[in-house]
Amino acid sequence: MAKTVYQRPKSLKEAIFHYCPGCGHSIAHRIVAEVIDELDIRGITIGVPPAGCAVLAYNYFDVDMIEAPHGRGPAMASAIKRALPDRVVFSYQGDGDLAAIGIAESFHAANRGENITIIFINNAVYGMTGGQMAPTTMLEQKTTTSPLGRNKKLDGYPVKVSEIFSQLRGVTYLERCMVNSPANVNKTKKAIKKAFQCQIDGHGFSLIEILSPCPTNWKMSAVNSCKWIDEVMSKEFPPGVFKDNIYAATKTAEVDS
Amino acid sequence: MNKVLMSGNFIICEAAIRAGCRFYAGYPITPQNEIPEYMAEHIRKVEGGVFIQSESEIAAINMIAGASAAGLRVMTSSSSPGISLKQEGISSMAACELPGVIVNIMRGGPGLGNIRPSQGDYFQATRGGGHGDYRTIVLAPATGQELADLTMAAFDLADKYRNPAMILADGMMGQMMEPVIFKKPKPRQYNEKFMLRGAGKGKSKFIRGLLLDPIDSEEHNWKLARKYEVITKNEPLHEEYKMDDAQMVIVAYGTAARIAKGAIKRLREQGMKVGLFRPITLWPFPEQQLRSLSSKIKHFLVFEMSTGQMLEDVRLALQGYADIKFHGRPGGAVPTPAELANVIARVYERTINN
Ligand SMILES: Cc1ncc(C[n+]2csc(CCOP(=O)(O)OP(=O)(O)O)c2C)c(N)n1
Ligand code: SF4
Repeated sequence: MAKTVYQRPKSLKEAIFHYCPGCGHSIAHRIVAEVIDELDIRGITIGVPPAGCAVLAYNYFDVDMIEAPHGRGPAMASAIKRALPDRVVFSYQGDGDLAAIGIAESFHAANRGENITIIFINNAVYGMTGGQMAPTTMLEQKTTTSPLGRNKKLDGYPVKVSEIFSQLRGVTYLERCMVNSPANVNKTKKAIKKAFQCQIDGHGFSLIEILSPCPTNWKMSAVNSCKWIDEVMSKEFPPGVFKDNIYAATKTAEVDS
Repeated sequence: MNKVLMSGNFIICEAAIRAGCRFYAGYPITPQNEIPEYMAEHIRKVEGGVFIQSESEIAAINMIAGASAAGLRVMTSSSSPGISLKQEGISSMAACELPGVIVNIMRGGPGLGNIRPSQGDYFQATRGGGHGDYRTIVLAPATGQELADLTMAAFDLADKYRNPAMILADGMMGQMMEPVIFKKPKPRQYNEKFMLRGAGKGKSKFIRGLLLDPIDSEEHNWKLARKYEVITKNEPLHEEYKMDDAQMVIVAYGTAARIAKGAIKRLREQGMKVGLFRPITLWPFPEQQLRSLSSKIKHFLVFEMSTGQMLEDVRLALQGYADIKFHGRPGGAVPTPAELANVIARVYERTINN
């Protein structure tokens, strides 16, 4: 009998992703679904997709989902979690969604220490609307609204979400990862699993930032996009664990009980 | 049941909690601050009750949308500028057919305006307010008792039609102390199949407003429109006061209607045959009910604490069958009953006694 070494995660529907070839959303979806399977939480997970390229995530994830208006995912997710504290709730957001229009909702959900998980796809552009400048666009990077390259005097600087959010005392676990190589995909999956586990154990807010290729709007091949993450993006946004208070949270929980 | 004396904003909260509201989110703004303050203390005392002081009105409306999807009875409140910020969320709740109660304790506008009672948000409330083809059920209480009864009714209507419902009151209603009896709320009737609580072992569900295919989207719009038609047919409410022999009808809602009642009492003492038609639901507007008066009565005067918004609905209802005058006090100005009586008396002299 043949041994199955690779199959569709149960938490993904049998639908073909609409994402462009080489897009990081597809990979992120898959590993989130694998984690949901491995933690056996499909039946108690509620996801909140954003306005952004991942707006149709409910066509792919086989878990309960509710679409949020652009940027408002963390407000919805906070409320769902408060209403149903024993469910696992995650919000899935792009960089425009999280760091521009929804910065307040994201920041304050983090600061309240909501026991939710944010999967944050940083692809340095607004994918869905056609490649406009995002808060995370690199200096000098050309986009449709920074045709001469992002100019720090006119457009400000790339927003470092992980660095900033890790300062908030409400945050328990925060890691920045990449999905531009098999090894990095594995690392990202581990981080996502840790974040979900952190939530399941009741330890509070977790956020996983994922540097994610958008070959279409970067106007690069899929391979070059992965290289660009290594050579350019990860220099501005270095991967790593920015906050891990899980151990401390475990200790506090022991004292509390 | 005990009669208690409470201010309007507290009455709304107490009625909401008794009606089973278990999730409240809001952001401070005068003249409704008593609502988040009361909720912070009291909703948390009931089992499962959640209060969140949100970072903005935008967050608050999306929080109640989330908690509504999760199956709770939910409420948010604000005053005019904050209600403007909630509009995208209200539109989204209507699109996703999520029930929820939104309280607007109106203040003077436009812009920051002032914190005095006003009725300038009628258009915003009754026309949907946000983008797209949708409607919000709008209830306009005029007494402390109605604040309680209509708040409870708003939860029932929101559930029944799976649509946001709004309590439209103003700073005067919110601050005024009045006696109230809290009636026994009806048990909640809301099908679990509309709730999002995790798929369990079953099929997963999703709730969305985005419909990329225009044909799907058109069908969804017509489905909502059919629902709004049913609401328009079944739910209009109004009150008539001293209408039996009236030759002139004042049309007013909320605080303006209270002032009008005081004015009408004075005018009646002077022998003027003036009555009041008070819409209680602003959407659906009691259009047929108002129109049916026009076969007997030919003189109407609309009084609003605005430059004339409900006036348009009165015109639509009366369709030119009667003469319509208007008196307005916008921007936070509130006339006394005596002042309004003088205005009405002048019109009455010119039209009826002529
Ligand atoms: C209130 C509002 N403003 C603007 C939009 C249009 N819009 C949809 S997605 C998006 C940006 C998406 O970019 P990002 O969040 O980075 O996600 P990506 O598509 O790159 O995954 C914008 C501006 C909207 N849906 N709602
Ligand atoms: S536009 Fe970019 S982010 Fe959107 S699907 Fe295509 S590659 Fe992915």
